[in-house]
Amino acid sequence: MAGRALLPRKIINYFMLGVCALGAGIAIIVVCLMLGYILAKGLSFISLDFIISESVPAGYEGGGMRNEIIGTLILVVLGSLIAVPLGMLTGIFLSEFGSPKVAATVRFAADVLAGVPSIVVGVFAYIVIVSQYGYSAFSAGAALSIIMIPVVARTTEESMRLVPGSLREAALALGITRWRSVIFVAIPGALTGIVSGIMLGVARIAGETAPLLFTALGNNFSFEGLARPISALPLQIYNYALSSDKNWQEQAWAGAFLLVMIVLLISLAVRWMSRKGRA
Amino acid sequence: MDTIINAEINSTMLLDDSMPILQVENVSAYYGAFRAVKDVNMNIPAKAVTAIIGPSGCGKSTLLRCFNRMHEVAHAARVEGKIMFDGNNIYSIGTDPVRIRCHIGMVFQKPNPFPTMSVLDNVVAGRRLSSLWTKRSEMEELAEKCLRQAALWDEVKDKLKQSGASLSGGQQQRLCIARALAVQPEIILMDEPCSALDPIATIKIEDLMRTLTEEYTIVVVTHNMQQAGRVSDMTAFMLMSDDRAGELIEYGTTQQVFTNPRDKRTEDYITGRFG
Repeated sequence: MAGRALLPRKIINYFMLGVCALGAGIAIIVVCLMLGYILAKGLSFISLDFIISESVPAGYEGGGMRNEIIGTLILVVLGSLIAVPLGMLTGIFLSEFGSPKVAATVRFAADVLAGVPSIVVGVFAYIVIVSQYGYSAFSAGAALSIIMIPVVARTTEESMRLVPGSLREAALALGITRWRSVIFVAIPGALTGIVSGIMLGVARIAGETAPLLFTALGNNFSFEGLARPISALPLQIYNYALSSDKNWQEQAWAGAFLLVMIVLLISLAVRWMSRKGRA
Repeated sequence: MDTIINAEINSTMLLDDSMPILQVENVSAYYGAFRAVKDVNMNIPAKAVTAIIGPSGCGKSTLLRCFNRMHEVAHAARVEGKIMFDGNNIYSIGTDPVRIRCHIGMVFQKPNPFPTMSVLDNVVAGRRLSSLWTKRSEMEELAEKCLRQAALWDEVKDKLKQSGASLSGGQQQRLCIARALAVQPEIILMDEPCSALDPIATIKIEDLMRTLTEEYTIVVVTHNMQQAGRVSDMTAFMLMSDDRAGELIEYGTTQQVFTNPRDKRTEDYITGRFG
């Protein structure tokens, strides 16, 4: 009886194990293929010239994405300047101060915001900011910050929840006020997680293209100020990849390579940090 | 020999005559609709150790947390009744719980030093985090004084810059006591301070409790009756009543409660017939 029941169970067991392994394998293969392809293609076109020189018109040789690299840096800093304080404050509110009901509502709103397609964020920024003030670096930074806020808020909340309640009690029992115990006990305890969240948010917005289409617009010249259109790496990759100019297409590959490297390095740094934070 | 006798006379006089430092009047504690502690009345004498004993779940920790308004930190928790401290009801409207906790400190069951702070910063955390600015030399002096009081100075004087989490469990607990002392409270509440510690560390904490009574009042919750017998001057025995609320069954000098309990249930518990 037991022997008869055992055989099909073993078969099902091995079958399910195989399905799981297949799923995991596909995920890894896709990542490897994509990275490998971009690495192989991009690496052959990237050069020092690509990083330090400005773009050239179609039909010309050489040129690079200096302005786009600087533009992406400026946009990421702008987005972070808005999103980090707002996101952190939201996360702190969620974990420390919000009553369960209010916190659940805010958390749901943050999750919905995180799920909004980035092109919709772009359209929103277009309607609210661009239609009044025109295409600008600032509007792009604002659009990117909308994408970044929920990422920072939820990681802040989750890492602050990991700080044991006994430490908060210890602080309160010493006659320390609630907000001081949050600033001096809970936040330091969660700092690694919070910084990881900020970096993940940066990695996320560094590669965003859709919102930039409606806000940054792109600019062939060097940085002209926050109120003017600005160029950005993903935007230029998008434009160049769609063009028929061979030099531009090669540059798009190099740009993609650079962007992937930036995001990859940030992700690796986050992993390294969180491992160190646990140790 | 004389001093010992004097000390005994002093302590009995103290228990009988002096004004209690905490007067607990009809205190009930709730978690939402659930009443965890029911109608407790007791007077806690100054500069003595008062032990609260009883089986698990009888509300002794909850009652202890009422004494410095830590009970209400939990969600939907509230307290009814009066607790008089220094002539004022700590539950009167307008009393700031933060101020109460400066006068009535607490040491928890599990040692909980701040892992992000050094040993020294841990000791002075209460002072430093509630003032805008503190003088470094003053903080170092305070830390040494409190670590000496907590009988920890000799063991950590070379490790002051290390993380508080790097110490052993028993050392961490004494660090937590030093941290509570640094706020210069009058009363220190201890919630099963030795239950996470080994016997040797336990003895050290118990010795410490005895010496601290020269300056401080200690209220200790313990489910270890031997410990209550060893360290306390007064003993309160609590038990869960039929409606699952903790009740104070008997309260008296430790000697009386242990050798001549008035209530049958106290006797049963102390002689080990249940619990």
